[in-house]
Amino acid sequence: MAGRPVTIKAWPGAMAATVVAVIVLGTLLAVALRAEQGRGLSPSDWAAIRFTVWQAILSTLFSVALAIPVARALARRHFFGRRILVALLGAPFILPVVVAVLGLLAVFGRKGVLNGGLAWLGLPEVQIYGLHGVVLAHVFFNLPLATRLILQGWQTVPSERFRLAAQLGFGPRDIWRIIERPMLARAVPLASAVIFAICLSSFAVALTLGGGPKATTVELAIYQAFRFDFDLGRAALLSCVQMVLVGSAAFVALRVSTKEGFGRGLDRPIARWDGAGLASISLDSVSIVMASLFLLGPLSMVVWDGLAGVLAMPSQVWAAAGISILVSLGSTVLLILLAVPIAVAAAGRHQWFEVVGLLGIAASPLVIGTGLFLIIYPIADPFALAFPVTALVNAVMALPFGLRVLVGPVRDVVQSYGPLSASLGLTGWSWLRVVLVPRIRGPLGFAAGLTAALSMGDLGVIALFADPEHATLPLQMYRLMGSYQMQAASGAGLLLLVLSFGAFWICDKGGRSDAHT
Amino acid sequence: MKYLTIAAGLFAATAAVAETPVLTVYTYDSFVSDWGPGPKVKAAFEETCDCELKFVGAGDGAALLARIKLEGARSDADIVLGLDTNLTEAARQTGLFADHTVSAEYGFPIGWNDAQFVPYDWGFFAFVKNVDLSAPTNFKALGDSDLKIVIQDPRSSTPGLGLLMWVKAAYGDEAKSVWEGLSDNIVTVTKGWSEAYGMFLEGEADMVLSYTTSPAYHLIAESDASKDAAKFEEGHYMQIEVAGKLANTDQDALADQFLNFMVSDAFQSIIPTTNWMYPAIKPATGWPNGFETLVIPDKALLISADKVGGLRDEALAEWLDALSQ
Repeated sequence: MAGRPVTIKAWPGAMAATVVAVIVLGTLLAVALRAEQGRGLSPSDWAAIRFTVWQAILSTLFSVALAIPVARALARRHFFGRRILVALLGAPFILPVVVAVLGLLAVFGRKGVLNGGLAWLGLPEVQIYGLHGVVLAHVFFNLPLATRLILQGWQTVPSERFRLAAQLGFGPRDIWRIIERPMLARAVPLASAVIFAICLSSFAVALTLGGGPKATTVELAIYQAFRFDFDLGRAALLSCVQMVLVGSAAFVALRVSTKEGFGRGLDRPIARWDGAGLASISLDSVSIVMASLFLLGPLSMVVWDGLAGVLAMPSQVWAAAGISILVSLGSTVLLILLAVPIAVAAAGRHQWFEVVGLLGIAASPLVIGTGLFLIIYPIADPFALAFPVTALVNAVMALPFGLRVLVGPVRDVVQSYGPLSASLGLTGWSWLRVVLVPRIRGPLGFAAGLTAALSMGDLGVIALFADPEHATLPLQMYRLMGSYQMQAASGAGLLLLVLSFGAFWICDKGGRSDAHT
Repeated sequence: MKYLTIAAGLFAATAAVAETPVLTVYTYDSFVSDWGPGPKVKAAFEETCDCELKFVGAGDGAALLARIKLEGARSDADIVLGLDTNLTEAARQTGLFADHTVSAEYGFPIGWNDAQFVPYDWGFFAFVKNVDLSAPTNFKALGDSDLKIVIQDPRSSTPGLGLLMWVKAAYGDEAKSVWEGLSDNIVTVTKGWSEAYGMFLEGEADMVLSYTTSPAYHLIAESDASKDAAKFEEGHYMQIEVAGKLANTDQDALADQFLNFMVSDAFQSIIPTTNWMYPAIKPATGWPNGFETLVIPDKALLISADKVGGLRDEALAEWLDALSQ
């Protein structure tokens, strides 16, 4: 069944993958070549590597384990506000780091809502700083993404399977054994690899919530090598370590996950007859309520703080917002151009293409930015290229998410419709238009939404390239904070949240607009 | 044809006249922001120079130095503004900076004699707190107290490095035991100043590492007298911010003119309420209202630029050891 469909050509995917590899590895090489004599990895670098891997493993385990019941509850329940909740669940993931950290601390910090409540009840204070704080923060960021990726797994099961299950009188255990477990075996390993990669490149979140230098990550060590020691060789070396770690995780995930899809359905909306028992109703309700409280608590603190700051925002913030929207649009277009060909190639025999995509999060933004600067500087004015470069780098960094969302559905289309398309002689552009795109519209919208939002909120490489008049919104927000304008900065943070979420909502909704026809 | 040549010649001549010289100054981000000194300095200098002053923001002080190193001799920058004494020696060693022509009487409490770098403002590092908190008066008492502080990481932040050198300057070989005493007071360590200061304002810590001049912002810009700085008996470490001229500048005279303008009253009077630091030379009009309320340390500490490099790595290792246990 998974044979090579004749309709698929790998060369567009190969080209897109080459572009990504050149950006990621080329910048690394540029940095390494510029390096002077430096020292190799020190004992403290190794300590940073150990801590980074350990916290990333824990964060991934918790994010994914908690996401499974939440995704299942969302998959089999229909309730008022479900769609808006699913969309809102995407919000923490797209928050800029500094905004999210202050939001988390407003709930879980020493003077946060949680400790306020505990003190009122006469209970001892809960300490957030430490390894558990790092994991908590990473779960806050990644539980939503894990939930969406796994929820998408549930949605790839054709509704006919559930009809058949209902006809055969399957109980929850049978559904788990025959449908859900195989589906999870397919979706979970690769979702885990993506989340592991994100947690691996964490820096400010890990340091702040980890409570001090014990929580030094590889990304911080890169930062130190770059600005404290100006040891570019060590920065490049540490970046390589990060890539090797992400690469191995992706390799393991690809080996572990099963490839068989559930076959083709009639694209009918899914109806479920299982889960009517009291036990499963209460499990689902608890999962949804707990996840909502956990994710929306800090978010509402961000909104609350920001509302007061909106009036204090200077006009430059709006100009910066306009620039951010343009960069975000550019990134989204570039992402689609990169992700669709790679996903098509990865859906066929070239599975390792997805690993190339993962390089995007494995690479340190500082190294990519510095490398691009070193490459561009001799031939052009870096400031003139600030926005195109930012849009491109943001697209490359969002590619792993886009691919994870797209590869599964694309593979299903290829496997299910490949033979039919081949016999009809549908190839190339018309195959893309008639067969592929209508069937992956939902995931494509989701991928585009994630990219638009991430690009809006990402500081990325703009800091190395921006001139004073042309800052993006996240950069402008940091500048406000740097000038004591904390209130205006929280207003800008709220604006950023609204824009990111708006971009996400529009794309995601666009993708699902006719999902129920 | 002849007319065409004349026209072309005329055109070239007007273009040459119209092309005002541009002086490019690399500096840190908060200097160029709309609330920083950048816009006012640009307006004031352009009134006198018949030129265009172009600021380029590049992160913070350390990022600025890294940027200059990356660009090397080909850099478009004529001036680098925003290094401090913890960075000047490393900057000097690049060989990219030229001697300056400025001579001035500086208002800060130590002598200044540097061929390449000209100071434009300075301040004392200090822990900022709410007025009603009675703070300890030295690092050891702070370590014995159960007050909570938030500090910045010396590996990623300029004030964080300042604190590292402060403890080293005050305690020398004892620095590590001082840090061990402080370790249970430190709520957390942040990547940069903004995160730490934001956490303090949200109430996550009793004190935050910042400057003695920070309360002036709240007092003057927000009419809020609720913040002040804790005065420490050991003395307070100074940050002196400097600018230097690049040897490869194509605007040599203009760069000299700018450095001399920098120590003039027109520039210096902009600094206090935009950069929230002390100007290097006290303005003729005196301090802005509110600056007289600020804590003035009894003793100023500063490790000289040529010794910083040797002490920095040792101090960082002690810091990492003491706080990683």
